[in-house]
Amino acid sequence: MASKDPDGTILETEGLTKEFRGFVAVSDVALRVGRGTIHGLIGPNGAGKTTCFNLLTKFLPPTRGSIRYDGQDITAMKPAEVARLGLVRSFQISAVFPNLTVLENVRVALQRARGGSFDFWRSEASLKRFEPRAMELLEDVGLTTYASYTAGELPYGRKRALEIATTLALEPRMMLLDEPTAGMTHEDVGRIMALVQRVAKGRTVLLVEHNLTVVSGLCDRITVLTRGRVLAEGTYSEVSRNEEVKAAYLGTDPGISGGEAHG
Amino acid sequence: MAEGSLVAGTVGAPAVEKEAVFGFTRAQATAFLVLVAFVVVSPFFLYPVFLMKVLCFGLFACAFNLLIGYVGLLSFGHAAYFGMGAYVTGYAAKAWGVPPEFAILMGGATGALLGLPFGWLAIRRAGIYFAMITLALAQMVYFFALQAPFTGGEDGIQAIPRGTLFGVFDLTSDFTMYWLVAAVFLAGFLLIHRIVHSPFGQVMKAIRDNEPRATSLGYRADDYKLMAFVLSATLAGIAGGTKALVFNIATLTDVHWAMSGEVVLMSLVGGLGTVFGPVVGAAVIITMQNYLAEFGAWVLVIQGGIFIACVLAFRRGVVGEIGHALKVKL
Repeated sequence: MASKDPDGTILETEGLTKEFRGFVAVSDVALRVGRGTIHGLIGPNGAGKTTCFNLLTKFLPPTRGSIRYDGQDITAMKPAEVARLGLVRSFQISAVFPNLTVLENVRVALQRARGGSFDFWRSEASLKRFEPRAMELLEDVGLTTYASYTAGELPYGRKRALEIATTLALEPRMMLLDEPTAGMTHEDVGRIMALVQRVAKGRTVLLVEHNLTVVSGLCDRITVLTRGRVLAEGTYSEVSRNEEVKAAYLGTDPGISGGEAHG
Repeated sequence: MAEGSLVAGTVGAPAVEKEAVFGFTRAQATAFLVLVAFVVVSPFFLYPVFLMKVLCFGLFACAFNLLIGYVGLLSFGHAAYFGMGAYVTGYAAKAWGVPPEFAILMGGATGALLGLPFGWLAIRRAGIYFAMITLALAQMVYFFALQAPFTGGEDGIQAIPRGTLFGVFDLTSDFTMYWLVAAVFLAGFLLIHRIVHSPFGQVMKAIRDNEPRATSLGYRADDYKLMAFVLSATLAGIAGGTKALVFNIATLTDVHWAMSGEVVLMSLVGGLGTVFGPVVGAAVIITMQNYLAEFGAWVLVIQGGIFIACVLAFRRGVVGEIGHALKVKL
């Protein structure tokens, strides 16, 4: 399949399904993310976006279906394994290490890139060599002045920026961002969007978003999920003209809005 | 994550004062010098056997704190490693005439050998389930100690000889024995400090703070937890072995679940997730047990009261509160 696509497909799912005790959260999803693109995964609350996301990053095992990443079947892999293949995720709530300093947050990711680290006998000074690179990454996201702060003290928007810096430390080939702008103020949203655009150069980004306007400026292609199924796929203008998508978002179709209620 | 706030002794205060010697911050280096000074001077003023007890339990509490404070795992079965360490050291010294330095190392090896399968099983669950699994496994060890022929059942192993260290120093004298215990304690303490401040320790703390995130960075969290568990069990075994030589005895008390509870109490009183807290906690609890012994069973009531006061009024523990007040990490 991948070879047929001129740009190449980096991530592809087939018949991806997740059931929770009979409740089908994600149903038969076929998703294709082109290499080097920013791909949006959107849908109303309870559409299965986050479940889908957790399936892709292996934080949840699928009930059925398969996931291929870069030509490799990753369906049976563990989350740490896929991370090592360069498929790195973020979290919906800001995921930092609150009791480590901002610098240590990034450093711990850089440390990972050099391989396993069970060296409990070695001094912390051996981690010094990661610090120049860590500072570079912090500079990328505008956090240099906060380097020695405890990460838990950062304001929310900065935590998200730190999280992105930490993710970038792994030099991921593909980043999966789970609602990177959720709960942010207007200025922060703009800043994070610009940041995502900048860091997406040379990699693939899959973005889960609730907010249609965020993805409009950012994404090359968009997949719309409702009630665990793919409703539409295409560019923003294609998707936004789709009647079913409008209905799902505005809730004009009684069938679909009914579905949202228990989602 | 719930333990996060409880564990992180002192947060806040941008960590400006970094790195003095051996990964100690300046405040920690000062505290360490005070500790060393106390260890060196105290036997001239205080009863060495009492001090040895404090040091053995101090090391035990530090080993326990390595898990709860830096990995966020609450083990409720650490008596198993401490107690079996005591039994094996005691048996080796008594039945086989193993010299004390090796007997203590055998205690540590016992802790490691028990910790490996127990940890492997327990880390599959988190929170209260982790605690319950460690407790259940420790209860099995207790039953084993009660039934196995070499442990001496209700009597325990008695009259364990202290032996001669390196074939030179006769340890029968409490004073000589004290220096061995002090050396074991300080070595263990420094090792724990090094572990916490190693590249491995960084990952450990990251896992404590946010395990899913650490996993998403490609860390196999379970491997790190198991490693920390085994290290902690090893040090608990060493503490138990040393204790067996000090008191010439290894009994069911050492493997009893109350012992597991006591080490939790010591760490809590001293301050979870602080380097020095467990030592101070052990000193407080042992002192209470010794000097309040005349009150008999009331010691337990008093201990319970202190425990409640700690959890309610100063959750950071003695050292944690001091560190918080001075805005330093101790």
